[in-house]
Parts: sequence; structure tokens; C-alpha cells
Amino acid sequence: MKRLVERLGFWIQKIMEEFGEVLSFTASFGRWLFVPPFRWRQTMEQMEFIGIGSLPVIALTGLFTGMVFALQAHHSFRIFHAEALIGSTVGLALSREIGPVFTALMVTARAGSAMAAEIGSMKVTEQIDALESMAVSPIHYLVVPRVVAGLVMVPILYGFFLFIGVAGAYFVAVGLLGLPEAPFLSKLYYYVDMDDVIGGLMKSVFFGFLLTIISCHRGYRTSGGAQGVGLSTTRAVVISSVTVLVADYFLTSWILEFLPNF
Amino acid sequence: MIQLVNICKSFGEQAVLKGLNLEIPKGKVTVVLGQSGSGKSVLLKHMIGLLRPDSGEVVVDGTSLSTLSDHEIVPFRCRFGMLFQGAALFDSLNVFENVAFPLKEQRQLSSEEVRKIVEAKLAAVGLSGIEEKMPSELSGGMRKRVGLARAIALEPKIILYDEPTTGLDPIMTSSITQLISETQKRLKVTSVIISHDIESSFNIADKIALLHEGRILMEGSPEEVRQSKIPYVHNFINGISTGSEV
Repeated sequence: MKRLVERLGFWIQKIMEEFGEVLSFTASFGRWLFVPPFRWRQTMEQMEFIGIGSLPVIALTGLFTGMVFALQAHHSFRIFHAEALIGSTVGLALSREIGPVFTALMVTARAGSAMAAEIGSMKVTEQIDALESMAVSPIHYLVVPRVVAGLVMVPILYGFFLFIGVAGAYFVAVGLLGLPEAPFLSKLYYYVDMDDVIGGLMKSVFFGFLLTIISCHRGYRTSGGAQGVGLSTTRAVVISSVTVLVADYFLTSWILEFLPNF
Repeated sequence: MIQLVNICKSFGEQAVLKGLNLEIPKGKVTVVLGQSGSGKSVLLKHMIGLLRPDSGEVVVDGTSLSTLSDHEIVPFRCRFGMLFQGAALFDSLNVFENVAFPLKEQRQLSSEEVRKIVEAKLAAVGLSGIEEKMPSELSGGMRKRVGLARAIALEPKIILYDEPTTGLDPIMTSSITQLISETQKRLKVTSVIISHDIESSFNIADKIALLHEGRILMEGSPEEVRQSKIPYVHNFINGISTGSEV
């Protein structure tokens, strides 16, 4: 029992330390965010990496999520003869929860891990020290462009995920299962309104920020050699993914309070 | 001049620097010798503010680094050039972009001016014509020379060398030592070299300091160090093992 309490205490301490470090790192990011020059080139490169580079995986994930969702919904709803609600159910689920969360998880897996690995390997090969020795802040040069790119691109990817997901559901429901098109679309338009999408976008902005700042932070704190880089990459993905899922609950409760139609 | 006053630095339980005092004279070459793992690189990183001491003070040209915030210390580093142990070239940039990096970041120069300076610095280290190569295509010696070209690109007042000849063959070691010496004569800078290469150090240094167990055990001119009666200093410069070093 004593050992269990000790281990629990150890993990709580680790989590609090990590939380404190990320907060301090975020404060540092905030200080450098508005310091000129704004690094357009690096930001555009990161936008391309996060946004354009993630399009195929987001398209695939969105398409098959929408398709399987429609299939499952049809399987359940036909018992009540409520197949017309498939479009709205998929639309609501994708716009409110699945879209922002899946997009963030996929971007974490693809771009967050790469950020942690790249910054981590720069750290262990003293390239971060080299930046500092040339009077260039690594936060300004490496972190600000990545986080800004995450803030901009994750919501755009969410929109893409949502569109592809609904298209996938339409294809399964109307194309494969032979349901009439009109009720699918009319219920979708009727039940899914702008607040659902705005709520999803708000979540995506927040998740984009969380996953990039956590991944950059893990990379920045890398120590040791190749093993350290591997460990940082794994931790970046695990911590970002868990944080996104935990933050989703609190964000949802907050959005439900402030967006009446959400 | 750089002054390190009573510097203490620990990493976790391990105390690396234990009340270290050292003065680096202006316009001279100071070599800090010491065994591997004795904290030489840690000492060098304190001079440029990449590491902050747990206690003690680093004073560079009259400015105490401890009075500068993380924000303020960044522009302060413009007066330094640093050659890292593994050269620390940016993997994603080619040789030209690596050497041009500090110029583009710190000076308002036209592309033509940047190109001329980069070509001149690469010529100074004997590496003309490799501008388009990536760091992964270079040998260890070439990487160090490109690192040196980058370190001197802004013509800094202080150049820090972290083990510039480690891992190089004797010819390349001699070539790099000569390059450092020429750079010193041409730019009249304050140079600090971290090394355990005794022969090169004695050839190039105006002052030698020996780091041992977190403190400077001995400092003086190369001749004074060579004639030291302190057993550890004598053993170190003559490469004599007593079996207790490891």
C-alpha cells in the first residue's frame, strides 16, 4: 500500500512538473510571438508541412470515419425506421467531437512527432545551442512558426475532415445503402447549424495550439542521444494525445455554456 | 575580458563546477585543458550564457550575465562566435546558408554582400566551391572548418572553440590549429579554446588553464604550466596515467 501511494505521489509530481514546464514554455512563446521580425518563410514551411502534408491522412481518416459511422448508424436506426437521421447524426458527431479530436490526433501522430524529433535531434547535436550562440532565440526561430502554423492549419484540416467525413457518410447512405438523398440532406441542414461548426473550430484552434506547444516543448527538453530523441518523440505523441482528450471534455463543457445552440 | 567568479554548477546530484575562478585576457588565446568529462564544455557555455551558474558570476566586458534576462542575453551574444565540438551545422541548410545564417539574422545586408562575405569566409578556411553541399556530405574536418567560417562570419570580438581538433587526423589537426592561429592574428579577437590536445594547445596559447575536479588547478603561460611541479599538471601534460583518473 505504501509503495502504491509512493508511486502515485511520484506520478502526480511528474505530471505537475511537466505541466509547470509547459506553462513556462508557453509564457516564453508568448513573449517571443510579437517580437519582430515575423518569420514568414519558416511559418509558411510549417503550414505546408502541417497542412498540405497532412491532407492525405486527414482525407483517409475523415472518409472512413464518415463511412463507418453511416454504416453503424444505419444498422441501429433502421430498427426505429429513423434512417433519415443518418446525415444529421454523422454531421453532429463529426462537427462537434470526432472532427476536432481525430484531426488533432492525426496531426499529433504525423506532425507533432516530427516536430519533437526534429527539435530533439537539433538539441542533442547542439544546433539549438548554435542558434543561441548566434543571438537567435530558438523559441522565436523554431517554436513560434510551428505553433502559429498549428493554430492556423489544424482548424482548416478540421473543416476538410468534416467535409470529407460527411461526403463519406453520404456515399455509404445514399450511394451504397440506397437511402433517398433528400431526407439525408434536409435533416443534415436542419440539425447541424453554424454553432456546431464554430464550436468544432474553436476546439481545433485550441488543440492545434496544445499539440504544437507540447511537441515543441518535448523536443526542446530532449537530452541524451538517439534514445533521448526517440523517448521525446514518444512522449510528445502520448502527452499531446492525452491532453487533447482531457482538454476536449473541459472545452466541451465551456462551449456548451457559451454557445447556446451547441 | 571575461571573468568567471566562484562559478558553481550542478546537474542533478552531479556537481560539475565547484567554485571556479578564471580570467580570460582580452585579445589573447586562452586554452582550457582538462580530462574528458571534467566540465570544459560546461565552462565554455557559461561564458556565452548558454548555461547559467547555480551561483557565482560571469562578467563579459564589464557586463554581468546574471543581470541579463533570457530576453536581453540574446542580442548580447552577437559579440561571440562559437565553434562547437561537432560543428553544429544546421542539417536542413547547405554550406552557404549555414555560413550566411548569422549575417542574414544580424545584419541588414544585400544578397550580393552576403554572398561576398560567405565566399570570403569559406576561402579563409580553405573551402571555396562547396557552397551547395549539405553538411551530411562533408567530412569531420570540413564540417569543423565550415563551423569556423560561420563562427567568424560576423567578425566577433570573442571566439569560443569547443574541442576544435578532437576526432581529427594529425594533418587536419595541424590545419585547424593553423587556421585558428591565423584567424587570431587577422581579427585580433579574444579566443578561448577548450581542448585536451596538449601539443596544439602549447603551440597556440598565450595562457593555459587546467580544469580539474570543478576548479582551475593551475593557470599561467605555456612555459609556466610546462614547468609546473604540481603532480596532476605534470602527469596531464605528459600523458602519464596513475590509474586513478577513470
